Amino acid sequence: MAERISNREGLRGMANPTRYGLERVAYWLQRLSGLGLLAYLIGHIYETSSIVNGKVAWDKMLELTQTTQGHLLLTLVIGMCVFHTANGIRVMLGHGGIGVGKPGQPEYPYDKSQRSAMGSLNYKQRLCIWVSIALSALAMMYGMAVLFGD
Amino acid sequence: MVVETISKTPEVSVPISSDSIILRISRFNSETDSSPTFAEFKVPVQKWTTVLEAILFVKQNLDHSVAVRYSCRQASCGSCGMQINGKPSLACYTKISELNSNIVTVEPMHNFPIIRDLAVDFKQMFATHKKMKPYIMREDSELTTGTKEFLQTPEDVEKYLQFSYCIKCGLCNSSCPTMATDASFIGPQGLAQAYRYVADSRDDGKKERLKIIDQSHGIWRCHFAGSCSHVCPKGVDPAMAIQLLRGYLLGFRK
Amino acid sequence: MAWQFYLVIKMRESIIMKIHYGTALGAVALVAIHILFRMTQNFSESLQYQNVIANYHLLPYALMLEVVLILLSVHGFNGLRVILLELKQGIMYEKMINYGSIGAMAALIAYGSRTILMAGIGMS
Repeated sequence: MAERISNREGLRGMANPTRYGLERVAYWLQRLSGLGLLAYLIGHIYETSSIVNGKVAWDKMLELTQTTQGHLLLTLVIGMCVFHTANGIRVMLGHGGIGVGKPGQPEYPYDKSQRSAMGSLNYKQRLCIWVSIALSALAMMYGMAVLFGD
Repeated sequence: MVVETISKTPEVSVPISSDSIILRISRFNSETDSSPTFAEFKVPVQKWTTVLEAILFVKQNLDHSVAVRYSCRQASCGSCGMQINGKPSLACYTKISELNSNIVTVEPMHNFPIIRDLAVDFKQMFATHKKMKPYIMREDSELTTGTKEFLQTPEDVEKYLQFSYCIKCGLCNSSCPTMATDASFIGPQGLAQAYRYVADSRDDGKKERLKIIDQSHGIWRCHFAGSCSHVCPKGVDPAMAIQLLRGYLLGFRK
Repeated sequence: MAWQFYLVIKMRESIIMKIHYGTALGAVALVAIHILFRMTQNFSESLQYQNVIANYHLLPYALMLEVVLILLSVHGFNGLRVILLELKQGIMYEKMINYGSIGAMAALIAYGSRTILMAGIGMS
């Protein structure tokens, strides 16, 4: 028998947030924000380490980071942090079985029942995702007001 | 070897009448082809024509060699799962009119090895399903207890009933973002079936099943993306089953 | 030391994930405090050298920073470990990712702790 190709979607499939609704978008944003925040954490630990080299080194670091690009990056980090936190709490509660609906008798045509309060893809989950996005946007706006308002 | 399947609809619009569509079928024969290609067929459709009927029209009249798996034609057997315009669906359960497109692209389900054309290999999925011990596990049997059967209230049955609706079509595994890259992941089908038995009051195998799924490519690689429930044609809602099952491991449920 | 690493790698995945959730909740609370501290003064003022050093000299704050560092390093690198384990499978690869994650966590904690310690005891 000739070798069968695996036909796995691969990274492109995993990283594609479309086709499957809001929950898949939230999954994708959670991953993206997680990676972004990890990169920021490493950068932040590195930049703050300049304090041990004295005032001159610290001020030099500030010159590099307290720029328009630096502020924009920090605004993005604020947004990622708030989204990752809020959505993470939704996911954690979901992982514990909270807010994922109750098992029952599915009713034809099934796809509609999945979207009902009974199913896991219910309005509460979608609401929490939108709230996470909204909180993230609000936090970014507040952050920009503080950073650029100074 | 990961195949890059092209599922973009062509940009040139084909002038066709309102009662026919262009059906693009992914063709691949592992013995002669190195990668899948698409063959296009013009297929007459009516209001209720399903994708499966369109494929069978091609098979009957235009190209007998198209390989497709199907059986019941009524979303009971789970044989005809495939990617239809980029989304995993049952071909018998998807009407052409629902797709709102004159060009319909069908490909084999993602994350399953391709046998030929639209037929994929279910070996791994069935093997994983077997690992979940998909049967009632208990020391005694109905014969030894003295009663005619193990009694369950309607409430007991409702706790697992929807998860027993699984027809093993594989659409959930096809849509799962973890399955896209993780060849060792149990998958939504297996995990949902593990919960089906854990939630069954007749079953005593909870500890054993929880041990099986508590591994690095087990239940913890589910991130509640919900795509499995999004595509399930029977309302099984595997995402709910997985989160409820995880509740046992996290101590939210006993 | 090697046997301790072996024990760590052999942790059940459920324990690792409980740690992942616990560090997330802890980090949320403490990062909120960390950010609020920045807001006790005007933003650019709070970043001045003498003000930052003063923060490090406050023992409870320095300890809090240390805890945040540990929580976020563990949570972040475990998350990365999960993503990398999903991308590719194989015994050697998985061992490399597991040990690499722990190494990266330790390295980041060590480097950050160095800053906290040196700034805290006035070695700057």
